[in-house]
Amino acid sequence: MNSKNVVQVKNIRKRFGKKAAVQDVSFEIKKGEIFGLLGPNGAGKTTILRMMTSLLRQDAGEITLNGYNTLTQGRLARQQFSITGQTAAIDQDLTARENLIIFGKLNGLHRDAARQRADELLTDFDLVQSADQTLATFSGGMRRRLDLAVSLVGKPALLFLDEPTTGLDPRTRLQMWQAIRKLVAEGSTVLLTTQYLEEAEHLADRIALIDHGKMIVMGTPTELERQVGGMQLRIDVTELQAVPHVQTIVQTVLGESVQTDGRTVTVLLNQTEMQQVAQVLAQLQSTQIPLNHFAIETPSLDDVFLKMTVGKN
Amino acid sequence: MHDMSNIVTMTHRNLLKTMHNPDSLSDVIIEPIIFTLLFGYLFGGVIAGSVQAYLPMLVAGILVQSILNAASGSGQQLREDINAGVFDRFKTLPIAPIAPLAGQLVGDILRLFLSGVTALATAFLMGWRPTTGVPMLMAALFLAIFIGWATSWVFALVGLLAKNAELIGSISMILILVLTFLSNAFIPTKTLPHFLQAFVRVNPVSLTITAIRTILQTGSWGSNATLVFVSGGVMILIFMPLTILVYQKRD
Repeated sequence: MNSKNVVQVKNIRKRFGKKAAVQDVSFEIKKGEIFGLLGPNGAGKTTILRMMTSLLRQDAGEITLNGYNTLTQGRLARQQFSITGQTAAIDQDLTARENLIIFGKLNGLHRDAARQRADELLTDFDLVQSADQTLATFSGGMRRRLDLAVSLVGKPALLFLDEPTTGLDPRTRLQMWQAIRKLVAEGSTVLLTTQYLEEAEHLADRIALIDHGKMIVMGTPTELERQVGGMQLRIDVTELQAVPHVQTIVQTVLGESVQTDGRTVTVLLNQTEMQQVAQVLAQLQSTQIPLNHFAIETPSLDDVFLKMTVGKN
Repeated sequence: MHDMSNIVTMTHRNLLKTMHNPDSLSDVIIEPIIFTLLFGYLFGGVIAGSVQAYLPMLVAGILVQSILNAASGSGQQLREDINAGVFDRFKTLPIAPIAPLAGQLVGDILRLFLSGVTALATAFLMGWRPTTGVPMLMAALFLAIFIGWATSWVFALVGLLAKNAELIGSISMILILVLTFLSNAFIPTKTLPHFLQAFVRVNPVSLTITAIRTILQTGSWGSNATLVFVSGGVMILIFMPLTILVYQKRD
């Protein structure tokens, strides 16, 4: 076993009746990493997470957290992580402070330590003003912040976040991202599920794209973008009759097949061709063909997402 | 020891919830008051000749009915907690798996106590005077709470198995109504048709009421009380492990 891998998921499967919810998913998460499980609604992200947190038993396969098997060493495995779910799992009838203190005590802190930790978290999550009100008066964003704060009470080395920012306003989302980054900076490992590409791109070191219970692709955000076809050169020509001329120049310089669509000329680039793009520009300049747009573009994760999951939903 | 402190924390949580939300206690307080008043003033004259003469009989019936009603709340509260997702988080904590369940059931003792005391206090205000000393009065209350607590494990099990909190509430209410009305709680049973008398005789609620009535009227514990106490113990021995098992296997 590699001690650097905090999480190991090996060939897990889960069926609900006739529906295969998760099919043969495997991945590993290294210490200090933010790992994103990305996928559309109903892809199986939450089911995977529920199995990892031993709330649900997988039909086949093995999950270990810090080396503890979630099936055979459930109690030890559960002590390795903290989780924040999609709905705020906090007591509505208690105040924010009481919620934090009680979870502090349940995490093994003594009374004074639990109080102190509660104060720290209330400050961190901007909840001091409403600390002693019951949650009935809290907004959705405040609940989610408190929910994350409760997860952090025990300073977990491993944190699972199930769609931590779904339905939050942009400001609260940024606050959540900051809190997550801060935690990772202090040495924790985070697994998060999200349906927002932007979130995965911003936060995650590595992303696994899940759809229909299957792992479609896994890698760093940059790797995933490259999978779609690397960089591309896009030229928008001002006059339609100049398009064949531009096409010839690009083809001659780069030696690649060039696509045209109306006034737009595009070509996929590999690393060596990057150097020659300047030459294309120089030749176009000397012929004085007017251009509207000349750009080297990376396909966004949106392209990855749509390309990999398109037509299947 | 660690497990004990988890249970204490969980009980504390349940008591805090009750304090912030005193409405949750209204059923265990209002129900005994209403039933004691209603039955006392409506049926006192018919059944025993006067309210005063009826109260010594009624008080044991009301006490047991109130306690059972309070006990039924545990299943409903447990289900509401589970549906709210809080219990999933408890499951991922490094605590004794039984602690959240135990917290609920230890906290239930307060509900049982309050409802029992309210029933006795209402009867007292209506003119009932216990003929036994305080120790035997406490013994009767203790027996009622004990049997109520044993029953709350059954309701907790129902709460874990059924998914809908409202359904649990209404089934519990119907069950308690049938079991208490078809018992010796409020009426002398000798005027009942024979098939009903047979049911009333085997109804465990009747047995419990007889035991408590004996303590309150004679001031002595009696063999019935011992039988009820042992039955309660057996119920706990069966339903506590069963409930815990279902709680831990819950997906």
